[in-house]
Amino acid sequence: MSRVRDAATETSHLALEPGAIEWTRRDRGELPARVVAARVTVRKRLKEIWAARELLVFLVRKELKVRYKSSVLGFLWSFLNPALVLIIYYVVFKYFLHNTTPDFALFLFSGLLAWNLFNNSLLSASSVLVAHAGIVKKVAFPREVLALSQVGVSICYFFFQTCILAVFLAGFQVVPVAQYVPLMVLALVADVVLSAALAVFLSAVNVYLRDVQHFVEVLLIALFFSPPIVYPFASLHLHHLRLLYLANPLVWIVLTFQRCLYGHVVPPGQSLGGVASPLASWGQGVYLTGLGVILAGSLLLFLAAMLIFGRVEGNFAEEL
Amino acid sequence: MSSAIEIQQVSKRFRLYKEKYTSLKERVIHGGKIPYEEFWALRDIELEIQPGETIGILGRNGSGKSTLLKCIAVILTPTAGHRLVRGQLAAMLELGAGFQPEMSGRDNIYLNASLLGLSRKEIERSFDEIVAFAELEDFIDNQVRFYSSGMYVRLGFAVAVNVDPDVLLVDEVLAVGDERFQQKCMQRINQFQAEGRTIVVVSHAADAMRQICNRVAVIDAGRLVTVAPPGEAIRTFRDRLIETGAADTPLPTLEDTGELVDSRQPAPPMTGSRRVEIMSCFVDRPDPDSRAHLFSGERLALTLEVSCRERMRNVAFGCSLFTDRGDLLFDSDSAILGEEHELPVGQSVVQFEFPSIPFLDGGIVINVRVQDAGGGAVHARLEPAATIKVVNPGRATGIVGVPMEVKVSSGASRLPA
Repeated sequence: MSRVRDAATETSHLALEPGAIEWTRRDRGELPARVVAARVTVRKRLKEIWAARELLVFLVRKELKVRYKSSVLGFLWSFLNPALVLIIYYVVFKYFLHNTTPDFALFLFSGLLAWNLFNNSLLSASSVLVAHAGIVKKVAFPREVLALSQVGVSICYFFFQTCILAVFLAGFQVVPVAQYVPLMVLALVADVVLSAALAVFLSAVNVYLRDVQHFVEVLLIALFFSPPIVYPFASLHLHHLRLLYLANPLVWIVLTFQRCLYGHVVPPGQSLGGVASPLASWGQGVYLTGLGVILAGSLLLFLAAMLIFGRVEGNFAEEL
Repeated sequence: MSSAIEIQQVSKRFRLYKEKYTSLKERVIHGGKIPYEEFWALRDIELEIQPGETIGILGRNGSGKSTLLKCIAVILTPTAGHRLVRGQLAAMLELGAGFQPEMSGRDNIYLNASLLGLSRKEIERSFDEIVAFAELEDFIDNQVRFYSSGMYVRLGFAVAVNVDPDVLLVDEVLAVGDERFQQKCMQRINQFQAEGRTIVVVSHAADAMRQICNRVAVIDAGRLVTVAPPGEAIRTFRDRLIETGAADTPLPTLEDTGELVDSRQPAPPMTGSRRVEIMSCFVDRPDPDSRAHLFSGERLALTLEVSCRERMRNVAFGCSLFTDRGDLLFDSDSAILGEEHELPVGQSVVQFEFPSIPFLDGGIVINVRVQDAGGGAVHARLEPAATIKVVNPGRATGIVGVPMEVKVSSGASRLPA
């Protein structure tokens, strides 16, 4: 017994001279130290998330795999779902509601593309920590990754939907407006960052206030009507509320998507068969400025969300 | 070289809500204030762990040991103080936490290992080893929901130990799987020790700690009681248990009365021919003021007061020792020793003496009897006459201490082939 104890004390004596001991594996004196204080800076949190990027990928893959597991069509549903939705919209708006806007299904779907990314991220992220309580309580990893993985899943579905849209565009023989493609990419980035910021924030708050996930569900239904997805922007009479309406980042993101994908059907300011174009008649510069401001704001929002998440994260394990 | 883990002034406060109001309505109704009690799960813990050390954290349920481990594992943030961990950390708080029943074993290995901080390349490198260790070669592509519970924890353990951690945190998870797999787990732990990795084990199983730890920290009610070599620490731990009345054996101990027969208990069944009566029985306490137990190898003496109605010849005094689980350790009587006694009318005093008790840790139950030396007809017996607690200051485990020496000499064996 005493022999082992002696060995332990010997070790600590020797340890005073660096390099005095040769460890079997490697010299532990050079190991990176991880100081864990009650507060962690946002910068460090970002670094940890970056280090956990592979975990993020695995979590996204898990969600995609598990969602349609045990169903006959499996992964095919990821494509089938948006395709069927698009067909339903087409039939309903064209034959039942007699919407006169040309190719209204296309107009609707290009707006929905941007909206669904936002909607799905927030919907699933707000309850993600509660749903994964088992690992939050037992495993150490940057927990923001869970919220971000839900955004990642939404991005994947965004691409599945884009594929379906591409098929339909080909079917309608419509080409996206080339000079607006870079702006649409910018709008996508802004959409992702905004969704991520809110996802991180809502996931954390929901641990303490479980109402959040239910509230978010309803709020999203209301928010759906804030950007011009089911109605044309050009026909709005905003008057002095214009500024307030345009303060909504979703309006800009949706408008950019529509401008790019629908722009060739009825270009802004023109009309087709007596129906005016539903698009805003802005130049690229206006879009660029608007999206730039939104992206910058979303980035700040994301940092703020990380800050709040970090403040409350320490108590997750006991609150769940 | 600096320490592997430094814990400085770490405190953790929990709020115990009398009722948990997590919905908005309830919060509004109660004016945003929720009645709660503060509870310090940890108070000013100071602990430094050297690289290569295996340290145990011992405490009973609710003493804060798991909270401390979670604080080290960065799952909980302490209310005050800070801690430092050098190197890659792997925590085994629950095996297979985060396994997705819908996914295959293969996918789960990737997800779980990545949760524990491994990169994809590292997982690919150790994938085969994980599968082999878990002995799941044939089932690795099956969904985990079809696994037996044994397969489940084996996979969990295999992933955790293959993380290649510099610091391994283990919470009561070493007793998984069947006996053979447990041995395999212990071998892996021993291998980790040999490789100079730091291991922190949390348990309330004191004996398992003695086997693997260099040092043991005892935690009671959120405070660090002592950090000492295992024998000493376990002794402190057991003393604490006894002090607070939470001893793991419900039998009366020396501490209670110093008497063999605990007066608060109903009188133990005394049977026999009633010609002799055992009045009382005492254990001579070696050190009555400072400790309630005997150390292995110490003297044990029992004093018996018997009273006789008539003069009795040819009597023998017997004594049997049991573990607190009821296994017989030893039984003998004076007739076996070749002695013959007689008892006069009235009171007499009988003494049993064991110069050195060989038992290691545990409670010992003592029964005594007065019997006929020839036939073995029992005149009187007292069961139990006493219970004592034996504490082993060394690191050997088991029931009985056996003196052992190891000699090594060079050259070929001289044993016949």
